[in-house]
Amino acid sequence: MPTFVYMTRCDGCGHCVDICPSDIMHIDKTYRRAYNIEPNMCWECYSCVKACPQNAIDVRGYADFAPLGHSVRVQRDEQKGTIAWRIKFRNGTEKNFLSPITTKPWGQAIPKLADVPAPSKEMRDGELLYSEPKYIRMDEGGLRTLEAAGLKMKMGVTY
Amino acid sequence: MFTSNPFAALSASIPPSVMQTYIVVMIILVAAGTLFDVVHKGSAKFFFQNMRKAKGARPVGGGELVSIAVQTAVVDVLASGEFCNTRRRIAHLLGMYGFVVYVVATAVMVFNASASALWTQLWWIGGLMVCVGGYWFWFFIRVDVAAEGNSPLRLMRADLFILSLLASVTLGLVWAATGGGAGVLFGLYILATTVLFAGVPWSKFAHMFFKPAAAFEKRVSKANGSCANLPTQTRDDPAQRERHSMELLRDAPMDMGLGIKREAPRHY
Repeated sequence: MPTFVYMTRCDGCGHCVDICPSDIMHIDKTYRRAYNIEPNMCWECYSCVKACPQNAIDVRGYADFAPLGHSVRVQRDEQKGTIAWRIKFRNGTEKNFLSPITTKPWGQAIPKLADVPAPSKEMRDGELLYSEPKYIRMDEGGLRTLEAAGLKMKMGVTY
Repeated sequence: MFTSNPFAALSASIPPSVMQTYIVVMIILVAAGTLFDVVHKGSAKFFFQNMRKAKGARPVGGGELVSIAVQTAVVDVLASGEFCNTRRRIAHLLGMYGFVVYVVATAVMVFNASASALWTQLWWIGGLMVCVGGYWFWFFIRVDVAAEGNSPLRLMRADLFILSLLASVTLGLVWAATGGGAGVLFGLYILATTVLFAGVPWSKFAHMFFKPAAAFEKRVSKANGSCANLPTQTRDDPAQRERHSMELLRDAPMDMGLGIKREAPRHY
């Protein structure tokens, strides 16, 4: 669902240009408002939608799976520490969600890399990524599977 | 210099009726340009379609609509309330009020050669306000200059309005300061002014007409609950604070800091 900008709401502040990981939010050369220069390259990460102080950015669903009349809008209110979603379905159903923002300030996220011992030469040359043996539990003897845990999958639910 | 009407002195070489006709033609050009802009871009169509679509859960009565219109006029129009960035807001206020005062004073001085010296002073004050706000914006606040580090002298079509406005006002002030008269400076002043008012369909001049309409529509959609489909639930509602999903924020302060607004975007 690539983003687009409501020109009448945008005031051209540049927050979306700043935050876009794909560098596709640019300032229009005629009206000095933001616009998505290449929707095909949109990561659909919603970063610009959440960052826009004017709520001027929306997303447009692809016609093959998002029927006309739907809406998925979000408001990230850092002062209140919340993120709210309002989902509207084509049949009129509406769902509202309100949750705390769980993003940590820069440098305070877990794991604290400064406290972790530097990787050895073998680890650097190895094919495993950071924390991989531990977090995929290979160190406990093979991959953790449903069978290994004595579980089985039935109709999409784990029993 | 600050008390004598420069247009009265000019009437020795250019008849006042010609100057008055020029002002009327400029007004017609702005009206026609704005109408063309609205029709060409479909702004009015978009605006009314949005109003029709934005039927919320709660009907908004006539009295409330008047109150919303007053709020829009006072906060969004007169105080440029939609700007988040304080520097941009101040520059916009300087430019907006300066431009209105400057244009009105110009019209008064052209149509009434014996207008009081107060109008001349207002003309100067308005012009200087436009210059302060405009050059501040041009050299330091423009988003591609402030954030992308482009040269302030790099031109594109978005600069048509601000550049022609600054050229018109600056040349007008310089022309008056250097004694007025119908010389080269006056010719450049008229050229820049004509570009400013005749360039409406190609510049962002028309924003002063459609922006208030958009701000009004935004406030109406908030009042009727449709809120442009944006979420309406917040922590201000005590019932929401009690929800299980809000457990992490149960003891958190209501104001947790500015977040992304703590710094202007200037890293791209």
